[in-house]
Amino acid sequence: MTASPGPGPGPAVAAAAVAAAASTHPPPAGLSRQARELRALAGAAAWVLGGLLLWLGASAGLLWATLAPPERAQLGALLGALLAPRAALLLLALLLGVAAVLSGLKRLLAAWPAAAGQLLEALQLRLGTDTGTPITPQGAPALQALAAGVNQLVAQRQQLQADIAAQVRQASRGIEQERSRLAALMSELSQAVVVCNLDGRVLLYNGSARAQFRALSAAPALADGAELIGLGRSIYTVFERQLVAHALEKIGQQLARGDAQPAAHFLTTTAAGQLLRVQMAPVRQVAEAAALDGRCQAKQGEESEAGEGGEAGEGGKEGEAGADPAARAPALAGFVLMLANVTREFAHETGRDRLLHELTEGSRAALGNLQAAAEMLEYPDLEPAQRERFLAVVRDEAQAMSARLNAVAAQGGGGAGTRWPLEDMLGADLVAAAVQRIGLQQPGLRAAPAEVDGGLWLQVDSFWLLQALCYLAGRLADEYGIRLVQLRLAPAPTPGRAHLDLIWTGQAMSTETVMSWETDPMPIGGQASPLAVREVLQRHGGEFWFERERVRHQAFFRFLLPLADAEAPADPGRPGQRAASLPQHASRPEYYDFDLFRQAGLNGLDQALNDRRLAELTYTVFDTETTGLNPAQGDEIIQIGATRVVNGKLLRQESFEQLVDPQRPIPPEGVPIHGITPAMVAGQPTIAAVLPAFHAFAADTVLVAHNAAFDMRFLQLKEGLTGLRFEQPVLDTLLLSALVHPQQASHRLEAIAERFGIPVLGRHTALGDALVTAEVFLKLVPLLAERGIHTLGQARDAAQQTWLARVTY
Amino acid sequence: MNTRIVVADDEPNILVSLEFLLQREGFEVTLARDGQEALDAVRAVRPALALLDVMMPRLSGLDVCQQLRADDSLAGLRIVLLTAKGRDTDVAKGLALGADAYLTKPFATKALVQRLRQLLEPAA
Repeated sequence: MTASPGPGPGPAVAAAAVAAAASTHPPPAGLSRQARELRALAGAAAWVLGGLLLWLGASAGLLWATLAPPERAQLGALLGALLAPRAALLLLALLLGVAAVLSGLKRLLAAWPAAAGQLLEALQLRLGTDTGTPITPQGAPALQALAAGVNQLVAQRQQLQADIAAQVRQASRGIEQERSRLAALMSELSQAVVVCNLDGRVLLYNGSARAQFRALSAAPALADGAELIGLGRSIYTVFERQLVAHALEKIGQQLARGDAQPAAHFLTTTAAGQLLRVQMAPVRQVAEAAALDGRCQAKQGEESEAGEGGEAGEGGKEGEAGADPAARAPALAGFVLMLANVTREFAHETGRDRLLHELTEGSRAALGNLQAAAEMLEYPDLEPAQRERFLAVVRDEAQAMSARLNAVAAQGGGGAGTRWPLEDMLGADLVAAAVQRIGLQQPGLRAAPAEVDGGLWLQVDSFWLLQALCYLAGRLADEYGIRLVQLRLAPAPTPGRAHLDLIWTGQAMSTETVMSWETDPMPIGGQASPLAVREVLQRHGGEFWFERERVRHQAFFRFLLPLADAEAPADPGRPGQRAASLPQHASRPEYYDFDLFRQAGLNGLDQALNDRRLAELTYTVFDTETTGLNPAQGDEIIQIGATRVVNGKLLRQESFEQLVDPQRPIPPEGVPIHGITPAMVAGQPTIAAVLPAFHAFAADTVLVAHNAAFDMRFLQLKEGLTGLRFEQPVLDTLLLSALVHPQQASHRLEAIAERFGIPVLGRHTALGDALVTAEVFLKLVPLLAERGIHTLGQARDAAQQTWLARVTY
Repeated sequence: MNTRIVVADDEPNILVSLEFLLQREGFEVTLARDGQEALDAVRAVRPALALLDVMMPRLSGLDVCQQLRADDSLAGLRIVLLTAKGRDTDVAKGLALGADAYLTKPFATKALVQRLRQLLEPAA
């Protein structure tokens, strides 16, 4: 249960918000624009006036210099007489002239610098943003032409940007498709495949691997193997580091030698006592870095060729030499593991070896005893009692040998499947395939299913078995004119076997005919094949015969076939079992994440974890349901649910959910909230059994919970009982939400989910809440980044400061 | 008249013992050394029971069994298969083809005699 303390933001949060918002425009420096313009205008006027007066003075001076002294006196008197009374008029004209010049200047000033300034601003706006609206041409014709030119450039730039965006979209769509295709392919494979980066982190695994790991889990019923396999998890949880390192080393040597198909094998036992055969293949570096290097070097080569002319050959060699160290030893990016659980085969082989040993050694001794006893019996002077003793020896030894042989025969029969690869197949599917195949191959012949036991799984080589059925049906049609055959499938009285019957009505046949049909090589597509029906059955360790039902006037060929082993410990190839063991999800599960290839050093929580970016960490998001709110007063966990967030993705299929027997009553008032009744927890494992599985599930990750202090307290109180400590860093979505949205009244999980538009399903089941919490967390990470909180350390510090962090349990 | 039995096996070593044993038990024994001989012998002698080895030249015990079963005039005949092949699939096939009993070698002579008596009781 996730309890939320009272609503409302703290003062510290508010203060932080104010501080964060403290950046607007800088204060205006110097004069306003208008004042500056005015001053410029006044300056210009002063210049014009001064210039005009200077020009007038200069002209007058020039004129004056050309005059003779008497003329100068005459003109001076004349000017004095003429101008003196009209001086005011002259001044007025002068002022008018100045005014006219000034007004013209002002218009010029207004037209030129303002238009240019506007154009500049418009240009800057378009440079700085992706605004694409054309600039309205203004001002002088030259400026208008400039604006038109700018508009063309902007349009060109927009076109280019759009092209690039389209190409990027297409490329990423292509990559996404490739990836989904790979994931789809992997998930269909019956071979268990795991891809790891060099750190041993899992980048990809398929459903079969999941099933394998389930068999390897020490607590399969609890964690479903999810504590072992998961994206970003370390493969060394399952395999010895030395073993993997040794295999990697072997592959490295093969790569250095230039082997076409480097691979290494090892056999290992797991903690759960299973025996695994592992094949390792390298994942080579094909990342952009390597490709880019190659291209650069090629370019360099070209340049040297062009520049040095005659020395082009040498230049090329140089380029190669430069590329060599990288190319010669192809860098490993990671490795692929193909796993097969050989526990059963190995047990089988071991058993067979032991039997064989017993047979040879035991028989040698028994035969020795027999021979000696038989030779003693040849003595004619034997007393009847002695004779009886030797006869007893003969009888005993013969019986012992019989028993030994019977044991070998019983074991030997089951071994056929291991020598010849047989696949598990639903009998109904085989019948359906046969019906279709017979109809297609023999135009005049119809095939139909009779009674078919739909639940039978056969262990067959379907290709050859179908060939045999088609071949027999074909001969029936060709030689006896049969028009309809039926197929019947039923369990056989012999344990572990089934009857597959090919039935027809009417014509019976002789034993000789059946014999020849059984031993004639079957033709396939007009060609003789190496196999006859009898060999096909031998491969199955089965039998074949012909029977007649006189009453029904029917005859049939009966195939006695092995059933699939129902007790198979790990047989991920079997769809029925796979469906049962894997949780069902509507969408294709995200079993791969190649982005982890780029993350170096994900290992170990000891390294500077606080400096790691939130977006790239691996998280276990969990929730507990409890009997009540007071862990210190005896409340107990009744359910743990958890899911994983790796590389910014929620991995629903790697979830964990387990009911826990609290070994105390569940208060009835809580039941409507969490929906867990005492009956549901009865017979469930106790916390002492569940916590180790959860601890393994959460290993090596950062814990995330809503109101984490509450859940952590419950876990901490069990440290004494289980000896397990949850020492990894913890993040609390409650505090992080308060940090991001200080003004919001409520930081309850539902309220946050509603704010983020996350649909809340399965609320108040531990897993349901954990999934919602995980989605909330994923939305919070970018919002935290906007506030400058990028790393785990920053997030923890900031969360610490919210007053809510003071709430303890 | 003693009950007649046809014994077919291609191994003389076992025939010696079987003949001696069955005669001592009061049966009238006819021997055959392969499948075809067995078939002919049964049709000629009309025994109450045929003891057939599975692995025989010309016709296998299973073939003989099947052919005998196809013959309506031999409806009351008891057939016991005797073989060194002891797999459960072999047994299943033998019984499916109409054998009344299936015994694997090695066998205890006492058990064999007991089984034969058991099979012949209702008929006798």
